[in-house]
Amino acid sequence: MAFLEINQVRKAFNQNVVVQNVDLAIERGEFVSFLGPSGCGKTTTLRMVAGFELPTAGTIRIDGKDITHLRPNQRNVGMVFQSYALFPNMTVAENVAFGLKVAKRPAAEIGPRVDEMLNIIKLPHLAGRYPYQLSGGQQQRVALARALAIKPQVLLLDEPLSALDAKIRVSLREEIRSLQRKLGITTIYVTHDQEEALSMSDRIVVMNEGRVDQVGAPFEIYNQPKTRFVASFVGTLSVLSGTVVDAASGVLDVGGQKIVAGRGFPNAKAGDACAVSLRPEAARLEGFGGQGATTNMADHAERNRLQGTIEEVAFLGSVIRIKVRLGDNILSLDTFNNPGVTPPERGAKATVTFSPADLLVLEGV
Amino acid sequence: MKQSRLGSWIALIIGTLYFVVPLAGTFEFSLRMRSGEYSFDAYRSVFSDSAFQDSFVFSTLMALATIVIGVLLVVPTAYWVQLRLRKLRPLIEFVTLLPLVIPAIVIVFGYLRLYNSSSFLPMTSEIWSTNLLLAFSYVTLALPYMYRAVDTGLRAIDVRTLTEAAENLGAGWATILFRVILPNVRTAILSGAFLTFAIVIGEFTMASLLNRPAFGPYLQLVGANRAYEPSALAVMAFVLTWACMGLINVFGRAKQIKHAP
Ligand SMILES: Nc1ncnc2c1ncn2[C@@H]1O[C@H](COP(=O)(O)OP(=O)(O)OP(=O)(O)O)[C@@H](O)[C@H]1O
Ligand SMILES: [Mg+2]
Repeated sequence: MAFLEINQVRKAFNQNVVVQNVDLAIERGEFVSFLGPSGCGKTTTLRMVAGFELPTAGTIRIDGKDITHLRPNQRNVGMVFQSYALFPNMTVAENVAFGLKVAKRPAAEIGPRVDEMLNIIKLPHLAGRYPYQLSGGQQQRVALARALAIKPQVLLLDEPLSALDAKIRVSLREEIRSLQRKLGITTIYVTHDQEEALSMSDRIVVMNEGRVDQVGAPFEIYNQPKTRFVASFVGTLSVLSGTVVDAASGVLDVGGQKIVAGRGFPNAKAGDACAVSLRPEAARLEGFGGQGATTNMADHAERNRLQGTIEEVAFLGSVIRIKVRLGDNILSLDTFNNPGVTPPERGAKATVTFSPADLLVLEGV
Repeated sequence: MKQSRLGSWIALIIGTLYFVVPLAGTFEFSLRMRSGEYSFDAYRSVFSDSAFQDSFVFSTLMALATIVIGVLLVVPTAYWVQLRLRKLRPLIEFVTLLPLVIPAIVIVFGYLRLYNSSSFLPMTSEIWSTNLLLAFSYVTLALPYMYRAVDTGLRAIDVRTLTEAAENLGAGWATILFRVILPNVRTAILSGAFLTFAIVIGEFTMASLLNRPAFGPYLQLVGANRAYEPSALAVMAFVLTWACMGLINVFGRAKQIKHAP
């Protein structure tokens, strides 16, 4: 039995269903992200775990105990808010001590615990400051310390970094993750930033319109997306549309050129319209020296080849993202930057190659 | 540019004269009790009057009681409206504005009919219960100011998220109200309290009709029977009211500094 179990949880506001039959089992110490577009129900699901919303149906259990109907102050769940929500009238130390004081812990315990937490977030020198005297990143670290001080069973974070600027965001997410590992605390992290979810999580729950579309490790979500939504929401994806030529062997016609999809089209017949997709790192530009970050380095002869023209070249630093026009389709591809080779020119003719095995044939196409 | 600056200076001077001249005149008159020279005799006479001291102390105590009752009534109400009953906000605001529209005399006649000594709740039959009734009526009079001040204070903080953060850390409603919400609207409450004080200290109608020895009726009595003392009292009332306003400003400024980024 998992540590945190969400069973068939639904939430409707009046007639408007915003979370539909969510099932989820999270193991002790696991770091799980809820990833999805705005309004898909991530926050609502999290708030049901925290007790701020009552599920319309379903149960939530922590360590085997049904907490569905417990008041928020009777659950042992820590929460970090997007807006920090530090108490403005209290110093950093008083904020961190708040939960312990409410729980009537002895003073001899509170002092050391607060010091310990402030050391963990590396802000012991700011104990006497008020929240308005701190930067956003510092405030969020204090909020994290405050949530962790009461040793919650589960830590919930709702887009904790989205109000911060990019540099702090990256360093703080690494800090949060390493802290979470060190304390071994079961964590749910809500974000709509796929990079955050991919880099931090043990598992990602991709949500769409109140439903869970897919649950899996970042590697799995990215490389084996189950639905078109997951594939397009997580990472960049180029879609090639065409018609099926031979369903069994997976041959299709894309703008007059034939390519092979490794997995075939079990549910289609010749002449059907179809679409396949490709990650930018799976394609390579022939004759261009940059090494593609290809996952499937299949034999040269077996690779699909498509002729097109360079539409756009974006230099992103370590990688160069090139868009190639193939008839009506645009295909994005990434190559590593190579200081010895100049990137191709816009408008130049180009040949794109990719392995049949890297083509994704998605549901709902 | 220069033209408009000149215009605003003229407006300022006219406005200032409008307020200052009568005040200066009153002050000058209050100094003329002793014939032929300026003196503070009128003030000395006022301070030595035991009725002045008694009524002032009575009204001060009334003001303090009014402030305590008002805070206990208004803060939880405004908090709850802000947190859970947002739709009711226009209605509550309307209700809190009623005392500005309904004359005090109407309210106090209502009280006398409802709570007279032969009614089901004879609050006017004992002195202590009449005092209580007077305090309640002052709470009503001060309601528009107190509610507005507190509501503005609550809007300046994120009531909902702070409440949730406190709840999440295990706090019950009393802890949330007294340790999280109240301290954060303290300056707003203080400004509401000073306004309440200024209203109660000079109030006449309620105190007079409920026959309590308050400062307002005393002022009226002195005004009807003496020459120089009323001017001295008027100047003192001005100073007191302005001191209250000044204190509101001081606390308001302290808050601004505290919340500056
Ligand atoms: N208290 C509420 N009353 C009515 N509808 C609500 C309430 N809270 C949320 N909703 C609706 O539920 C849906 C899901 O909201 P939720 O906040 O869970 O989305 P989210 O995935 O967290 O989005 P975001 O990334 O923008 O934070 C939205 O359509 C929202 O309008
Ligand atoms: Mg949200």
